[in-house]
Amino acid sequence: MRTMKPYIAVLRLRLLNGMQYRAAALAGVATQFFWGFIYIMIFQAFYAQASSNQPISLEELVTYLWLQQSFLAFIMLWFRDNELFDLITTGNIAYELCRPIGIYEYWFSKLLAQRLASALLRCFPILLLAFLLPPAYRLMLPPDVKTFLLFCLSLLLGLLVLVAISMFIYISVFITLSPMGSLLVFGVVGEFFAGMVVPIPLMPEWLQQIVYLLPFRLTADFPFRVYSGNIPNGEAVEGIFIQLAWLFVLAFLGKIALQKAMKKIIVQGG
Amino acid sequence: MKLYFQYLLVLFKSQMQYRTSFWLLSLGQFLVPFSAFAGLYFLFERFGQIKGWDFYEVALCFAIIHMAFALSECFARGFDNFSSLVASGDFDRLLVRPRTTFVQVLGSKFEFTRVGRLLQSVIVLAWALSNLAIDWSLIKVLTLLLMIISGVFIFTGIFILAATLSFWTIQGLEIANIFTDGGREMAQYPLNIYQKWVTRFFTFVIPFGSVNYLPLLYLLGKGGEAGWLYMLTPLAGIIFILPCIFVWIVGVRHYRSTGS
Repeated sequence: MRTMKPYIAVLRLRLLNGMQYRAAALAGVATQFFWGFIYIMIFQAFYAQASSNQPISLEELVTYLWLQQSFLAFIMLWFRDNELFDLITTGNIAYELCRPIGIYEYWFSKLLAQRLASALLRCFPILLLAFLLPPAYRLMLPPDVKTFLLFCLSLLLGLLVLVAISMFIYISVFITLSPMGSLLVFGVVGEFFAGMVVPIPLMPEWLQQIVYLLPFRLTADFPFRVYSGNIPNGEAVEGIFIQLAWLFVLAFLGKIALQKAMKKIIVQGG
Repeated sequence: MKLYFQYLLVLFKSQMQYRTSFWLLSLGQFLVPFSAFAGLYFLFERFGQIKGWDFYEVALCFAIIHMAFALSECFARGFDNFSSLVASGDFDRLLVRPRTTFVQVLGSKFEFTRVGRLLQSVIVLAWALSNLAIDWSLIKVLTLLLMIISGVFIFTGIFILAATLSFWTIQGLEIANIFTDGGREMAQYPLNIYQKWVTRFFTFVIPFGSVNYLPLLYLLGKGGEAGWLYMLTPLAGIIFILPCIFVWIVGVRHYRSTGS
């Protein structure tokens, strides 16, 4: 427990820091609300004349879309920490090396806290309003308590998986020295495979098979479908174990990659 | 105008200094709309059509909007980043130079990497057009061009409005994204698939409807008798920029330096 202490302190500080930007959060809420509406309307139009049974019902999809909007900070790869990029590109990384704590864990908790703070500020107003909307747009409640608990657990694990993935963006900057490029490529690919562009149940069969092999869907698609009951509870438990497995693999690989990158860096003076 | 091109040249040279970054960014810019387009494709593969529009018709709409967006992001990027200019007080320097602020801000930033995005929409446009049975005439070609130009003007207008806001707020506002990114996302489908209030807002307040819906009806021969009237609607989109420039001028008058 003692070894965890500095990381928890970082987490707390960052949370407080993030909470300062309340006005920005409010603007964000309005923006996300607009997006939510637009997406729902597009899918309503698609579903209006759909003939056969779809793998996900419109109500489940509406819920899926609202959850996406509320937890955007949990699932967006482009959500970034410019401080870390600056550290790497300017050479100030040298200071980080002097700290008596593991740099992977330190950055991990930093990034985690940033996402948590942003999501905490934004998700409640969106969720609340979405519950109160007219039925066609309403966010539905999960079918039972057990489902809800599974959702919470899978969402949290999903967040950890996402941070572990995003660590690779920062590591890649050591090689490319171009934060924007890495961010764009990671962001676009990751979001597509997380079902942010097209919900995964609506993708064609062959693409779904690829998606299920990758970790990206575990961060967004999986918890959201657990919530609406689109993924039954039994399968959800299985999925949570898959999340855990991915988390360990990603964290392990990330640590090795970071160490390798660190060995190679040459800090230029100035 | 000559000044503007010189700005472009200087910026191009400076951006080419970071070659790897430049190509990566261009690739990324290519991928962004590509993933959106792939999404569109998969949705149509499943559903077949959306309120009577088929895939190629919507693809045409998508290509026009994305092309317009890419072009205006290329040219009017300076306005997009404008809030930092105000916050740092650097705008003062522009005011003392013997040129209009408009040209200077316009030329202050130019994103050549948007070429990736542009390329993607050109490909989609070509693909959509080759699969649509449109009996072409000179007027229809003109309409198509007008749609793109009009789209550029609307997006630029929104960028200017958002920039002007920062005279009062100092900070940039995320909320402006509703009309730029949100407008782009929304306008990639023909407007009539949305609820009435959305359609009305984006036809009469921000005239996206005059870019992507009404002239599209004419182009595809869906407009009926009065179809040729729709052909003229992109002009309304072009006019949209006038009030935006006016607001900009008012904003500049109102400007007070942050002093830093």
